[in-house]
Amino acid sequence: MARHDIKSPIPGSFYRKPAPTEPPFVDVGDAVAVGDVVALVEVMKSFHEIKSDANGTVSGFPVEDGDPVTAGMTIVELV
Amino acid sequence: MSQARQIRKLLIANRGEIACRVIRAARELGLETVQAVSEADTESLAARMADEVKLIGAPHPTKSYLNSGAILSAARDSCADAIHPGYGFLSENAGFADAVKQAGLVFIGPPGETIRIMGDKAAARAQARDAGVPTVPGSDGLVTDMDDALTLAETIGFPVMIKASAGGGGRGIRVAENAGEFRRLAPQASSEAAAAFGDSGIYVEKLIENARHVEVQVLGDGFDAVHFFERECSLQRRRQKVWEEAPSAAVSEAVRARLCSAAVDLAKSVNYRGAGTVEFLYNDATGEFYFIEMNTRIQVEHPVTEMICGTDLVVDMIRVCAGEPLGLTQDRIIRTGHAIEVRLNAEDPANNFMPFPGIVNGLRIPEGDGIRFDHMLYDGYAIPPFYDSLLGKLIVWAPDRAQAVFRLRSALDRLEIGGLPTTAPLFTALADSAEVQANAVHTGWMEAWLEQNTDKITRRRETTE
Repeated sequence: MARHDIKSPIPGSFYRKPAPTEPPFVDVGDAVAVGDVVALVEVMKSFHEIKSDANGTVSGFPVEDGDPVTAGMTIVELV
Repeated sequence: MSQARQIRKLLIANRGEIACRVIRAARELGLETVQAVSEADTESLAARMADEVKLIGAPHPTKSYLNSGAILSAARDSCADAIHPGYGFLSENAGFADAVKQAGLVFIGPPGETIRIMGDKAAARAQARDAGVPTVPGSDGLVTDMDDALTLAETIGFPVMIKASAGGGGRGIRVAENAGEFRRLAPQASSEAAAAFGDSGIYVEKLIENARHVEVQVLGDGFDAVHFFERECSLQRRRQKVWEEAPSAAVSEAVRARLCSAAVDLAKSVNYRGAGTVEFLYNDATGEFYFIEMNTRIQVEHPVTEMICGTDLVVDMIRVCAGEPLGLTQDRIIRTGHAIEVRLNAEDPANNFMPFPGIVNGLRIPEGDGIRFDHMLYDGYAIPPFYDSLLGKLIVWAPDRAQAVFRLRSALDRLEIGGLPTTAPLFTALADSAEVQANAVHTGWMEAWLEQNTDKITRRRETTE
């Protein structure tokens, strides 16, 4: 399938894990389906789950865990 | 301004409206200011106001405003001789207060040891009890034996709260109305505690129903302490204050005298230095009040106290922490009239208070007698998404409470923060409500009111946009 970018709808801090001590939601090579939680974005101290809007396999994360993101920025790449 | 001033240059280790507020106080004292900023705050209003700006790290608070090493380096590099921590971030971090002192700088707050006592729930309760300040009746630690727990519950009187853990943010709290319920619920809480924390002990505390949140502003110089009367902050959402007043219209003169002297007794018992707030739950049906905690810093809602007492608490806290004596006695602190503050947050009340950082476009600030707006805004400012949603605080003063509510309502109509939704419509609706006008509220009142009145805050927003 064609490459698909999952974008953050909101600005904030990007997290790959539900909590610092827990494993990431998804990793490179994992299969994801529409509706699967792939990341968290923290905006003004409130955490929002980012769900996949496509089916596919995770191929990369252009943003490091904990880094800032802007609204519309790609946070997870699928193939 | 008498005495040998120990400081010339103040570094502000905070951001947002409180950073602007501290810079104003520093100017009053003739101090130079250094604003510590994260990469997200280089264009902040505080950065524009300060004499100097020092970058301390990446946007995320753990890399900047919570990074004590970076803050101390910034202070050293800029030759600041004092650090004001504001509220939140490192303001109640005892280790940071110690580190500032060890670096030879003045911490604008109490010594680390005071912060340590008040930051520990059990130690603060014990300190309050020893100072003769009423605490919420309950177990002074974990109770492991269920028979002992029941005896204790019967002694303090039902209803009681059963907590599986200390300071768990209200998680796992059960309420028992009688002994039968207690026998059923306590073992549940105990096994939950065992599973979560490996300890089956539980806390038992009397439930103060329909309580108000009342707090007393204190100021100490390490030797003497005074109070600036009380504030009431019963209008809360998710345990966050949204609307604060001074004085509390629910407190009689007799209760006020006992409440304020209890707070001063506690402050004196720890030789308190700086500005602090002693928080209580208040049962206006019985006139009883119970110590909850002491905040060892300036609070968001300090302006309502300044408005009724005609004082500048931030100036005062800098003075006493720099080593000056209080320079005032209790009989010289007089209150007049009534003040109300509301918190304008970058949140959408029509969408379950979803945070909404945006770009300020069309800022109009109301002016006039008894109106004050403490804020961090200017036209074109892009609100960073990394921090608290507080944009500013609208504060009004009037000779009495009814006039203050009226003035707030009118000032809200003239306040415009274009470009993003804010909590302003919530306060217009609250000011119009009969219960708020009659001050017939308690800490659980607003959330219940919100469920019934969503249409008011939604509709108002549509008509104002």
